[in-house]
Amino acid sequence: MARGQTGTTGRRKANGSAEKPKTGGVEVTKEQLLGYYREMLLIRRFEERAGQLYGMGLIGGFCHLYIGQEAIAVGVEAAKKAGDEVITGYRDHGHMLTSGMDPKEVMAELTGRIGGSSKGKGGSMHMFSTEANFYGGHGIVGAQVPLGTGLALANAYRGDGRVSFAFFGDGAANQGQVYESFNMAELWKLPVVYVIENNQYAMGTAIQRSSSETRLFKRGVSFNIPGEEVDGMDVLAVKAATEKAAEHARSGNGPYILEMKTYRYRGHSMSDPAKYRTREEVDEVRKTRDPIDHVEELLEKSGWADEAALKAIDAEVKKIVADAAEFARTSPEPDPSELYTDVYTEQRA
Amino acid sequence: MTDILMPALSPTMEEGTLAKWHVKVGDNVRSGDVIAEIETDKATMEVEAVDEGVISEILVPEGSEEVKVNTPIARLGGEGGAAEAVEAKPEPKAQPAPASRSEASGDPERKPPEVDAKPRPEGEAAAPVTPKQILKDPELPEGVNLVTVTVRDALRDAMAEEMRRDGDVFLMGEEVAQYQGAYKVSRGLLDEFGPKRVIDTPITEYGFAGLGVGAAMAGLKPIVEFMTFNFAMQAIDHIINSAAKTLYMSGGQIRTSIVFRGPNGAAARVGAQHSQDYAAWYGHVPGLKVLAPYDAADAKGLLKAAIRDPNPVVFLEHEMLYGQEFDVPEGIDWVVPIGKAKVRRQGKDVTLVAYSRMVGFCLAAAEELAKDGIEAEVVDLRTIRPMDIDTVVESVRKTNRLVTVEEGWGPMGVGAEVAAKVTELAFDYLDAPPIRVHQEDVPLPYAANLEALSMPSVERIVKAAKAVSYK
Repeated sequence: MARGQTGTTGRRKANGSAEKPKTGGVEVTKEQLLGYYREMLLIRRFEERAGQLYGMGLIGGFCHLYIGQEAIAVGVEAAKKAGDEVITGYRDHGHMLTSGMDPKEVMAELTGRIGGSSKGKGGSMHMFSTEANFYGGHGIVGAQVPLGTGLALANAYRGDGRVSFAFFGDGAANQGQVYESFNMAELWKLPVVYVIENNQYAMGTAIQRSSSETRLFKRGVSFNIPGEEVDGMDVLAVKAATEKAAEHARSGNGPYILEMKTYRYRGHSMSDPAKYRTREEVDEVRKTRDPIDHVEELLEKSGWADEAALKAIDAEVKKIVADAAEFARTSPEPDPSELYTDVYTEQRA
Repeated sequence: MTDILMPALSPTMEEGTLAKWHVKVGDNVRSGDVIAEIETDKATMEVEAVDEGVISEILVPEGSEEVKVNTPIARLGGEGGAAEAVEAKPEPKAQPAPASRSEASGDPERKPPEVDAKPRPEGEAAAPVTPKQILKDPELPEGVNLVTVTVRDALRDAMAEEMRRDGDVFLMGEEVAQYQGAYKVSRGLLDEFGPKRVIDTPITEYGFAGLGVGAAMAGLKPIVEFMTFNFAMQAIDHIINSAAKTLYMSGGQIRTSIVFRGPNGAAARVGAQHSQDYAAWYGHVPGLKVLAPYDAADAKGLLKAAIRDPNPVVFLEHEMLYGQEFDVPEGIDWVVPIGKAKVRRQGKDVTLVAYSRMVGFCLAAAEELAKDGIEAEVVDLRTIRPMDIDTVVESVRKTNRLVTVEEGWGPMGVGAEVAAKVTELAFDYLDAPPIRVHQEDVPLPYAANLEALSMPSVERIVKAAKAVSYK
């Protein structure tokens, strides 16, 4: 039943007396909170399993896990409205799952099988779902920022009231195209929320070693884009901040920057030994700031879920992930005839 | 029981050293616990447990070297260690590590995962089957009026007609709106369509090309104008990585119907950084269509086709042609098919293949050659990708001689591709090795005399045509 912790004392005991969860003033229902718990747990278990399949050679190439950052994808999803778009970089599995993509299709894409969301032709870094308004899955650091701003341009062009959420990391925050996008987004008041997932390491380079200004929420100042820092390990804080930012963008006030302070527990990718930080640093975050433990505590303290209820969710999530892994292992590789499909399309919009 | 397997810790790792165990038999492990350290040739990595349970057996002692990936290294029992499909079938390739217990991999139950047992589809991949299409310029209806129009205005008319036809089409770029276009190609469009559909961008090619591709992903049909294609090098990442590859990477889900257009190639005396031909660069990339028209009718008809095409199209214009006048059909929906070359002059002695401005040079060279009794056939490629090599081959089968002409550099160029294809498809018809005429292999010089020496000229084309004719 661990949340991926090391050396903690295990499940906290419910104290018996039900109380309203301490949510920092954020309104949340029992069903919502249980839903967030389940979604975050799904991402974590999914990613742990992806790491395992990678170790078994079933997943190849690069594989960037989202473990530790779950509250961001889940919190933003909770604040989204129907039709809003999401686009991100290559650490994208969590966003796909919260967007509503089938875990089986996501896992099968990781193993490069025909059942994958891109028929196995995209891989870990390149998944898309037009159905879920999820626009990828981009492997060039920062490229998703102008693309996401372009999605917002389309929203403004159509006047459809949608907001585009463009996610990027502290590493991408130093790319020039990010600032080109900021400029045009504010100039044209485009409905885009820039969600910076600051996990503090751009691959192996700590933010202090890469950024002259490490408070990334201030990066929009010279473009007049408002920004704020958010505890990215607290799903309710993420949700509340995102609702506010989305409202700002949706109302025609232009873009908004949210700097989500977070942490990734694993290396940059599967082949990264993460020697640029200490084990103690990682353990400290896991012990004190784990986003899933945090919600578990809220649920138990409020009496909204007891150990049995949480265990049932764990079992359900485990089953989903096991089924996804089985599907990803048994789905056939794409037929050789797929090699030359999808290079061009004749299908017009 | 669950086996813990030797993990692959990088895309290329096949074996490693089990440097250290952090757990011993009887220890209770939880997911995320560090259980071992493994050394690869690159680094020492920590291995974390995925499943919970009690270590029931250590199969590979610490210090073991050359432990193959997927060798069982320990066993996990108890709660959470229940075998799941994935762990139950470890890969068989794993050989017993020298220092490990051999029975671990001698287990007869271990079968290869089905998929890995399949033969690789190497060499099986069928070449793309393109149905043989007869692409012809539309027949001109009887009595249709031809009007004399500059290439510049033909391009403007194409955009205006498509913007009237489809509300999803819009134009963005530097100086396209209020300034009426740096080369006046978009003259009048702002007045007709307003600032929502004719958008002045800041000087920020990488950014606005990316915005254009994003808008196309959302289903709009942007025309992104680059003031010249030289500046599009700042944006080439989005043209190739974001536009050309996304349909494929998404398994056919995400279309980007977008046109990147602007002047390409050398103008006059603008120096090395403003004088490059990018036909070969973009022509190299699957997922893109690349057009380079010569006259006004093609400029109009192909731009309309490009805007309607559901794929990303790179549309290469030429500043030196903008002011030239040609006949264009009036009053009809003039759309020229993408992927079809045009024989602009019939001849039996030598084939000259060119695109964009060099077509005019070839036509002039053909006149010169005719004076010496050599009848040149001039093939205007019009589309660089997908290239209509059939028309070229058909011509070479008649003339038996080939000269290619381009403004770009020779190595890995469009002419190199044409010559290679003709050699493949019509080797027996060639009476002489093909000759490529192209820009000299130097950055374009500014000095007038050196610039002239560097660029292809009518004289050089004539010389090449005579050389392949042994005259």
